[in-house]
Amino acid sequence: MFTFLNLIFMVMAGVMVLGFIAVSAMFLIWWERKVSAHIQNRYGPMRVGWHGALQSVADVIKLLLKEDIRPTKADAWVWWLAPFFAVVPSVMAFVVIPFSKELIPRDLNIGVLYIMAITSVCVIGIFMAGWGSNNKYSLLGGMRAAAQIISYELPLILSMITVVMVANSLSMQKIVEAQSRCWFIFHPNLALAGLIYIIAATAEVNRTPFDIPEAESELVAGFHTEYSGMKFAMFFLGEYTNVFIVSAIATTLFLGGWKGPLLPPIAWFLIKTYGIITFLMWVRWTFPRLRVDQLMGFAWKFLTPVSFLNLAIVGLLLLK
Amino acid sequence: MPQESIITDYGFVGFFFLLGIFFVGAALTVSWLLRPRDPNPIKNSTYECGEIVKGNSRIQFNVSYYLVALLFVIFDIEALFLIPWAVTFRELGIVSYMEMMGFILILLVGLVYAWKKGVFQWR
Repeated sequence: MFTFLNLIFMVMAGVMVLGFIAVSAMFLIWWERKVSAHIQNRYGPMRVGWHGALQSVADVIKLLLKEDIRPTKADAWVWWLAPFFAVVPSVMAFVVIPFSKELIPRDLNIGVLYIMAITSVCVIGIFMAGWGSNNKYSLLGGMRAAAQIISYELPLILSMITVVMVANSLSMQKIVEAQSRCWFIFHPNLALAGLIYIIAATAEVNRTPFDIPEAESELVAGFHTEYSGMKFAMFFLGEYTNVFIVSAIATTLFLGGWKGPLLPPIAWFLIKTYGIITFLMWVRWTFPRLRVDQLMGFAWKFLTPVSFLNLAIVGLLLLK
Repeated sequence: MPQESIITDYGFVGFFFLLGIFFVGAALTVSWLLRPRDPNPIKNSTYECGEIVKGNSRIQFNVSYYLVALLFVIFDIEALFLIPWAVTFRELGIVSYMEMMGFILILLVGLVYAWKKGVFQWR
C-alpha cells in the first residue's frame, strides 16, 4: 500500500533533489568557467567571493531581475511551454539515480529503460523552442538539435543495452551490485560500450565537438536566441542538469556507481560523476566543432554499426 | 506485493513530474513578480542581428533532416524490442540470439540501402 512513510520519504527526496539540482547547476557553471579559463591560460571569474565562487549566485539574481522579452511573432503557447519541457524530464530522471544504497528516490525495476525514455523527452523541448520562436536561427538550431540528438540516441541506447545484457537486470541498484568485483569499464566485453556511451552522451547534451545546435559563430545562440531572463535560465539549468544526469548514468553503468573503499558511498558517487563532467569539459575546451554532415556521417556510418557489432559480439561471448 | 509496489513506484514518478512543473513555475513566477516591464515594438521584433526582419521564419529546410528522423523511428523501435530480449536472452539461449541477430541484420540492410541512396550526404 502507499504508506505514510513512503509519502514522507517521497517529499523529502523531492526537496533534496530540487536543492541538489539548483546547487549542482550553479556549481557546474562556475566550474566550467574556471576550467575553460585555466585551459585557455586566463583566470575566469575572480571578483565575487573566493576565486569567483559566488559568481553563479550573482548571475541567478541578475537573471531573476531581467526583463522577459516576448517576440510578437512567436508562437505564444509553444514558446512559453518549451522551458518546462527542457527542465521537467531532467527532474524526473532523478527518480532512478542511485547516490548510494539508500539514497535513491525509487529503485524502479525498469530503471534503465525509464531513464532512456525520460531523457529523450528533452529534445522535444529544444525543438519546441526552435519552432515556437519563429526566428530563422532558432529554427535551424532546433532542426539540428533534433537531428543530432535522435541520431546519437541509438548508439547511446545500444551501449546501455549491452550493459543490461551483462548485468542481467534493468534496475540501477542491481547493475551497481553486479559491479562488486569489477567495474564494467574494465570488463573485457564492455570497454567498447563505455567508449561509445561517452561519445554519444557528449552529443546528447550538445557539447563541443558536437555543439552545432547552438554554434554561436553561425546561429547566434541556436534554439534559445529569443529567450531572455528566467526562461533562458531554465534552458541553461536543464542543460547542466542533463550533463550531470548522463555522467551519473555513466558512473552507475560503467564505473561501479557508489561502490568504493574507505569514503562513504555518496562521496564516491559524486567524485566519479564530477570527474566525468570535468573530463567532458576538458574535451569541450580542447576540440573544435564538427560540421553537420560530419556529425551525421559519424553517427550513422560509424557509431551505429559499431554498436550493433559490439552488441552481437557481447551476446555471443555471454552465451558460451 | 507486486501490484502495490508498482503503484508506489509510479507514485514517485508522478510526484517528480509535478515537482518539475512546480520548480519551473515557481522560478518563472518569482521572476514575473520582480522583473521590470518595458516592451516596445522594436524590442519585441524577431532578432536578426539588428537588421530589419526579412520574410517569414517558416523556411524550407533540408530534406535530409526528415530522412534521418524516419531512419531513427525504425531503429528506435528495434532498440525497444532489444530491451526485453537483453534481460532474458541467457535463459532463452542460442535460438533467440540467432533470431535477434537476424532481425538486426534485416534492419542493417535497410541502413546500408539508405547509405547507398545518399541519405547521409548533406547537400
